[in-house]
Amino acid sequence: MNKLVVSPSPHIHSGISTPQCMYGVLIALIPAFLVSLYFFGLGALLVTLTSVVSCVVFEYLIQKFLLKEEPTISNGSAILTGVLLAFNLPSNLPLWIVVLGALFAIGVAKMAFGGLGNNIFNPALAGRIFLLISFPAQMTTWPIPSTLPMSLDAETGATTLSILKYGSAESLAGLDATQHLIGNIGGSLGEVSAIALLIGFAYMLWKRIITWHIPVCIIATVAVFAFLAGIGNGVEYAAKLAEMHVLSGGVLLGAIFMATDYVTSPMTKGGMVLYGILIGIITMVIRLWGAYPEGMSFAIFIMNGVTPLINNYMKPKRFGEVVKNGK
Amino acid sequence: MKTFRIGGVHPQGNKLTAGQPITPVGLPKQAAILLSQHIGAPAQCIVAKGDKVKVGTLIAKAGGFVSANIHSPYSGTVAKIDVIADGTGYKKPAIFIDVEGDEWEESIDRSETLVTTCDLDAAAIVNCIEEMGIVGLGGATFPTKVKLCPPPTMKAEVLIINAVECEPYLTNDHALMMAKADEIMVGIELLMKAVNVTRTFIGIEANKPDAIALLTEKAHAHKGVEVVALACRYPQGGEKQLIDAILRRQVASGALPVSTGAIVQNVATAYAVYEAVQKHKPLIERVVTVTGKSLTHPGNLLSRIGTPISMLLEAAGGIPEDTGKIVLGGPMMGKATANVETPTGKGTSGILVINESEAHRTAPSPCIRCAKCVSACPMGLEPYLLAKSTMAGNMEIAEKGHIYDCIECGCCTFSCPAHRPLLDYIRQGKGQVMGIIRARNAANKK
Repeated sequence: MNKLVVSPSPHIHSGISTPQCMYGVLIALIPAFLVSLYFFGLGALLVTLTSVVSCVVFEYLIQKFLLKEEPTISNGSAILTGVLLAFNLPSNLPLWIVVLGALFAIGVAKMAFGGLGNNIFNPALAGRIFLLISFPAQMTTWPIPSTLPMSLDAETGATTLSILKYGSAESLAGLDATQHLIGNIGGSLGEVSAIALLIGFAYMLWKRIITWHIPVCIIATVAVFAFLAGIGNGVEYAAKLAEMHVLSGGVLLGAIFMATDYVTSPMTKGGMVLYGILIGIITMVIRLWGAYPEGMSFAIFIMNGVTPLINNYMKPKRFGEVVKNGK
Repeated sequence: MKTFRIGGVHPQGNKLTAGQPITPVGLPKQAAILLSQHIGAPAQCIVAKGDKVKVGTLIAKAGGFVSANIHSPYSGTVAKIDVIADGTGYKKPAIFIDVEGDEWEESIDRSETLVTTCDLDAAAIVNCIEEMGIVGLGGATFPTKVKLCPPPTMKAEVLIINAVECEPYLTNDHALMMAKADEIMVGIELLMKAVNVTRTFIGIEANKPDAIALLTEKAHAHKGVEVVALACRYPQGGEKQLIDAILRRQVASGALPVSTGAIVQNVATAYAVYEAVQKHKPLIERVVTVTGKSLTHPGNLLSRIGTPISMLLEAAGGIPEDTGKIVLGGPMMGKATANVETPTGKGTSGILVINESEAHRTAPSPCIRCAKCVSACPMGLEPYLLAKSTMAGNMEIAEKGHIYDCIECGCCTFSCPAHRPLLDYIRQGKGQVMGIIRARNAANKK
C-alpha cells in the first residue's frame, strides 16, 4: 500500500476546472465565428488568427521573461481574450493594428494588473477601446458582408447604428430584422449574427458556464430604453427602434460574451442584475446622446470599474436572514 | 419535490453499496474504546486494568452535561487505559479490552421480538436515552438527551427524522431503514413522546425510492408520522438545511435549531433509541458503510464500536493495492486518517477508500471570480471573500462576512474550478474569528 494521503474535507471535487470554463466559452463562440467567415471571408480568419496568436505569445513572453513565472497559457484564457478582441474588430483592420490591440489587452489590461483573476477591466474590451480611440478611422470602417465568401476586398458602408443615430424614420423602417438575425450586415466581425450569438448563449446556459442574469438584464434594459425613447413617434416606430437597438452593434456580443466575463463582473445574482441594468442604460445614453454611435463597449468598461463597489454592497441572501421578517 | 432554498451542490452519488443487506462482522482480539466519541466533554473512565467486563457494562460515565456514557461493546478483561490515535490523528485516551468470548449483560433483551408498548413517561424515556449513551448517529455525535431537553423558553412543535443521507457513497442509514423499519417507527414514537410533539416528518432523498415506499407504508399505522421525499441535493442532511427543506423555516444565525420549533434526530438514532428503551441495549454497535471503488466486497457492516478500521476493511475484501486515502465518514465531510488501526466510534458512519489517482488535490490556480462558490454556499456566504480575507489576515472582513455561520460542508471547495482550498482557509479564519469574539465578550463582561 502507498503512503496514505491526509487532507481536510472535502475529498471529492466537481471536476470543473478553469480551462474547462474558458474552452466552454470558446466552443460557444464557434457559431459566430463560422458566420463571420461566411460573410467576411478570409479577413475574419486573418484578424482572428493574428489576435489569438499575439495574445498567447504576449502572455507567454511576459510571464516567462518579465514576471519570471511558470507560463499558464494552456488554461485558455489568453486564447479567449484573443478571440473576443478579434470579434470586436472590423474584419478589414490592418493586422499590425490587431497586434497592437492584443499587446494592450494582454500587457496592460491583464498582466500589468497581476494576471488572470486580478484585472479590473475586461482585457479584450480594453484592447478594443484602445484601438477605437487610437485608430478611429480604421476602427469604424466596416466592410459590408461579401456575397462572395473568401474575398478580401469588401465594400464598406454605413452600419445600422449610424442609421439609428443619424438616419430618418424612413431609413429605420427600411432595416430588415432577418438580415440582422443571420448577420448579413456591416459590423465588427463577431457581432453581426444575432442567431449565432444566441446559440452560444444557450450553450453556455446549458453547460452552466454563465447564468442568465447579466445578458438578459442588459438586453431587456436596452429594449425598454429604446422603446421609451421612440414612443413619441408611435408604438410601431418604438418597437422597431427597440428591435434594431438590440440586434445591431455589439449589444448581443457584449451582453453574452463580454459583460459576463467572470473576473470583471459582480459575484452575486443581485449584483449581476444591477450591473446588467446599468450597462443597458449607459449604452443607450451613449447611443442616443453621446458622440459615438456605439456605447456598448464603453458601458461595460465603465461598469467593470464599478464592479468592486457592487461586490461590496450587493451581498448574497444569508441563511436565516428571512427569519427576522417573521418567517 | 422539496429541498432547501439556498445554495447546495449535486455530487455524484456513488452509492456502491445501495441495496446491500446489513452484514455482521466478527470481534477483534483486542479493542480500544475511545473516551471521546461525542461532542462535548470526554467520558470519565470507571474501570481499571484487570477488571472483567461484559457486553453492555458501563465503563465510562458522562463527564458533564454535554457528554455521554460509554458501555463496553465486548466481554473480556480491561488490558490498559492508554492513548490511541483517533480519526483526527491526535492521540486520545481509550480503554483497551482483551476480548474473551461474547457474554452480554443479562438486562439486555437480545431477541428479535418487536416490542411496541412502552409504559415510561417522557422523563423516563429521556433518562433511559441518557443512561444508554445514545448520541446523534448522523456524524456530529451530539448527545441525544441534550437535544431532547430544549431550553425552557423554547417549545418543540415537530420532530424531524433525518434519513436524508446526502453524503455520496454512504448507505448505512438506507440499509438500516430497509432492515429495521418497524423498530425505527417505534423509536420515532418514543422520541415524539419524549419531546411531547404530535407530528413527525421523515426526510428521505429521492435516490432511495424503496426506503420512501417502505417507510410511507409503515407510517400509515403511526398517527402524525409522514414521510417527505426530498430532491437530491447536498448538504440536505445538515440540520439547518433539513429544517428549511421540510418546514420552510430558517434557523437564525447563532440560534438553536429548536428555535424554529423543530427537533431533528437521525434515523439511526431513532433505531438506537428503540433498542435502548425497549431492549435495554446501550449504544455498542452500529452500521458502518465500508466502501470505495477499488474494494472487492464493499458493504454495510454491523460492527461493535471500537473495531479497528483495518478489520472492517479486511471484511470488505482487504485494503486495495491502489489505496491513496482512507476517510472516516463520507467524502464531503469525513476525516482522512493515516492510521488503519484507528478504532471506530459512535459517529463512524462509513469508511471510504479513495484510489491513489483521486486522493490528491489538484494544484490551485488564481481565483477567476466565477462566483460558483457564492452560488454553492448553503449558508449564503461569500467563500471566496472569507478565504481571501483569512489569507490576508483581515479578520474584520471575515467577521463582517459572517464566517462563523459556515457549516464546513465543503460545497465551496467542491465547486471551485480553480481548485482553491477555500474551506481550509475558512476553517482557519472561523477559528480565529470565534477566538476574537470570545475574547471581546470576555473583555466586555469585565
